[in-house]
Amino acid sequence: MSIDKEKTYTLKILRGVSGNQYYEEFELPRQSNANVISALMDIQKNPINKQGKKTTPVVWEQGCLEEVCGSCSMLVNGIPRQSCTALIEPYIQATKSTTITLAPFTKFPLIRDLFVDRTKMFDALKKVRAWIEVDGTYDIGTAPKIGPEVQEALYVLSTCMTCGCCSESCPQTNNRSKFIGPAAISQARLFNSNPIGKFTKSKRLRPLLEEGGVSDCGNAQNCVKVCPKGIPLTESIALIGREATKQALRDIFGLADK
Amino acid sequence: MTKKRMPTVIVVGGGLAGLSAVIKLCENGCKVKLVSLTNARRSHSVCAQGGINIAINLKNEDDSPIIHAYDTIKGGDFLANQPPILEMCMAGPAILRMLDRFGCPFNRTNEGNIDFRRFGGTLYHRTAFCGASTGQQLMYSLDEQARRYEVQGLVERFENHEFLRLIKDEDGIARGIVLHNLFDLKLQTLKADAVVVATGGPGVLFKWSTNSTFCTGAANGRLYMQGMKYANGEFIQIHPTSIPGLDKMRLISESSRGEGGRVWVYGNSNKKITFPDGSIRPCGVTGEPWYFLEEMYPAFGNLVPRDIGAREVLNVCNQGLGVDGKDQVFLDVSHLPKEKQYKLEAVLDIYQKFTGVDPRKMPMKIFPAVHYSMGGAWVDWPAADDPDRMQRFRQMTNLPGCFNIGESDYQFHGANRLGANSLLSCIFSGLVAGEEVARYCEGLDKTYEDIQENIFSDSLAKEVKLQDELFNKKGKENIHELHEELARWMVKNVTVDRNNKDLALTLDKIKEIKERYENIELSDNSKVLNQTYVFAHQFKAMLELALIITKGALLRNEFRGAHFKSEFPERDDKNWLKTTIATYDESKDEPVISYEPVDLRHLDPVLRDYTKAKKVQPELKNVPNNIKLPL
Repeated sequence: MSIDKEKTYTLKILRGVSGNQYYEEFELPRQSNANVISALMDIQKNPINKQGKKTTPVVWEQGCLEEVCGSCSMLVNGIPRQSCTALIEPYIQATKSTTITLAPFTKFPLIRDLFVDRTKMFDALKKVRAWIEVDGTYDIGTAPKIGPEVQEALYVLSTCMTCGCCSESCPQTNNRSKFIGPAAISQARLFNSNPIGKFTKSKRLRPLLEEGGVSDCGNAQNCVKVCPKGIPLTESIALIGREATKQALRDIFGLADK
Repeated sequence: MTKKRMPTVIVVGGGLAGLSAVIKLCENGCKVKLVSLTNARRSHSVCAQGGINIAINLKNEDDSPIIHAYDTIKGGDFLANQPPILEMCMAGPAILRMLDRFGCPFNRTNEGNIDFRRFGGTLYHRTAFCGASTGQQLMYSLDEQARRYEVQGLVERFENHEFLRLIKDEDGIARGIVLHNLFDLKLQTLKADAVVVATGGPGVLFKWSTNSTFCTGAANGRLYMQGMKYANGEFIQIHPTSIPGLDKMRLISESSRGEGGRVWVYGNSNKKITFPDGSIRPCGVTGEPWYFLEEMYPAFGNLVPRDIGAREVLNVCNQGLGVDGKDQVFLDVSHLPKEKQYKLEAVLDIYQKFTGVDPRKMPMKIFPAVHYSMGGAWVDWPAADDPDRMQRFRQMTNLPGCFNIGESDYQFHGANRLGANSLLSCIFSGLVAGEEVARYCEGLDKTYEDIQENIFSDSLAKEVKLQDELFNKKGKENIHELHEELARWMVKNVTVDRNNKDLALTLDKIKEIKERYENIELSDNSKVLNQTYVFAHQFKAMLELALIITKGALLRNEFRGAHFKSEFPERDDKNWLKTTIATYDESKDEPVISYEPVDLRHLDPVLRDYTKAKKVQPELKNVPNNIKLPL
């Protein structure tokens, strides 16, 4: 069976495990509505590469496929993003190329093919104490009222899916640096802006004064450009940076937490 | 004095139900091992868009938890036991206050109160929401609290691990689980005093569903093969509005209709269709928009319950009125004012992202899709005033010490779930389990430390053997093709419109696929993150669930909620007002089906009629005066 080149495209996928990565190409039929995920599913069902050789299915991480879970992060043509919203046809139109390259994130430990381990992002949430210190689940009254404008600001910050696109794009994140990354800093802002969360704001700021904290940001502004949720990450970093400086001064003078 | 021993509890599943249980268990002095296929924060609960139903009567409509319970019982077509529903609805307001204190960013009124919108199957503004990603926001709030306990050393996470087997001692009491690490397929046992299963629904067995790719139902299927009773499996909710896709059916939230979205097709007055009142009328006016739900159900209009909406969409498409001649209808929000569209932003963004079309300007094209399982693990529920209330445990399966909560249990939604009730039932059942499991552990004569080691090693050995067998299968069948074949049969014959002939054929087909499953060969033999192996392992359990769903549907000769058969178009309370129970018998090739009566102590069955609007002030009978909420 010959494949009409006009009607096909190529997925060039960086595969393998750490220390042994290689590219493998797959030729797939063009169809409207295809996205990177549906393409990977096709390969999974019938793992034959472009040379016609039988290979193993490509491994990737996926979940909701609606861009709310943050699972399917990868580099598509070199740009970090969620692959469920990466539609094939618009890529072909925009690049005038029928080859699309997929690669795993580079700032996280590689497990296999396109799947990396993002545990360190969740560890960062522990470090900045990204939660409200409630007294318990029991019905002990209502939370303070919040106006609609404040709610909207909090909601945007709270849509962070811990997908890691921000860290992947950040030049300050690499295996020589301890930079905690934009996502965790922005979560500190979220909880410090909450009417209950602000009672413990010093506890979130102090870890960000340490090595790898907010001052490690080099202001490249890449994070805000790649965030799939449009979270104002650089604004969060600037704001937390100022707050952290004030906290440092208060700590020097031994002033009580407020 | 020695320090009091802290019980250890395994929670399998890190969605809303599982995390609610984790938090409550920690609060009640238990240590938790949380097992999840993915990072808990990515669980399928994030997909719930529209909101959570809580009757606090913010809009001065005389709403109350009692009316909420009435709507839920009626919406479920009287198949659900009533005491758990009553308590769930009564707990709603306190659950909302808890989530608010956790920092969940609910939408607000100008006064700063939590805002409410309307949803299907009710006439009240009862749904609290966070933009259009309510599930995600609730999940995050609970995950954050669980992380707080993790830092205190009370929670240990086993993420990217999968439950495979319940470990039972000589008396059949749950003492732990066998699991594998998805990264290297290493098998291990975890020991505990109780196990809570919160693994969600089985949507993936229909492949083209609104569910996340984790939602295979495999954990429940495995437990069923270990003797767990599975109830009301045939009740699978079809959501009327999703975007058809190659990889999945993406949900368009009911909130789009709650905010005023309208469903329509171009009319054709030459065609006739049967209306719900039995009259045969023309399909609108030729060439003009025909808002068929509004015409058929003048009171509820576009907000009829999901099963009704899905079925009418299908009927209209079967008349050849589908948009562009395809199986799809319009869902239109283009006429809505900007503020309303803004409230739906996340939903509308999804549509635009996946289709390239702006739904603010052009009507969306949608079609029904498999969405939710009302059925699930059978679990117990002693009511507050039952004499043996404290001798039994709520949310416990028939396997002692093994509890089941959230979408994976059968408890709260009867034959059909109302929109925005699932987030409530997940959190409520999780909190209840947190109380009941702690009480169960306290009453145990023996702890897991008293159990002989061979109980654990024998269970592990069984899984080692199964792993070897699966890797050594050398047949011709492709697991993904088997899956698609199963899914095509299930979607066609076991969803919106069922009939006995096709159900019987489907049952045979599943048995055939089960035989062919023995002849698969894995396309990947690595131990490193072998997703083909993992799915093949899950598929065995999925086939058992497929049998349960299909056989339950075949036997039930009536129309109730999500279960519709054209040859039996009426609800039949005389013969079928009963819960289906499926039990596994290794010697038989299909589930053993039995029935048990439904607990109707609060409300006598009435007809489920959505053609007229009638706000009722329902009286519930026999409401206990000693209800103790789990928070």
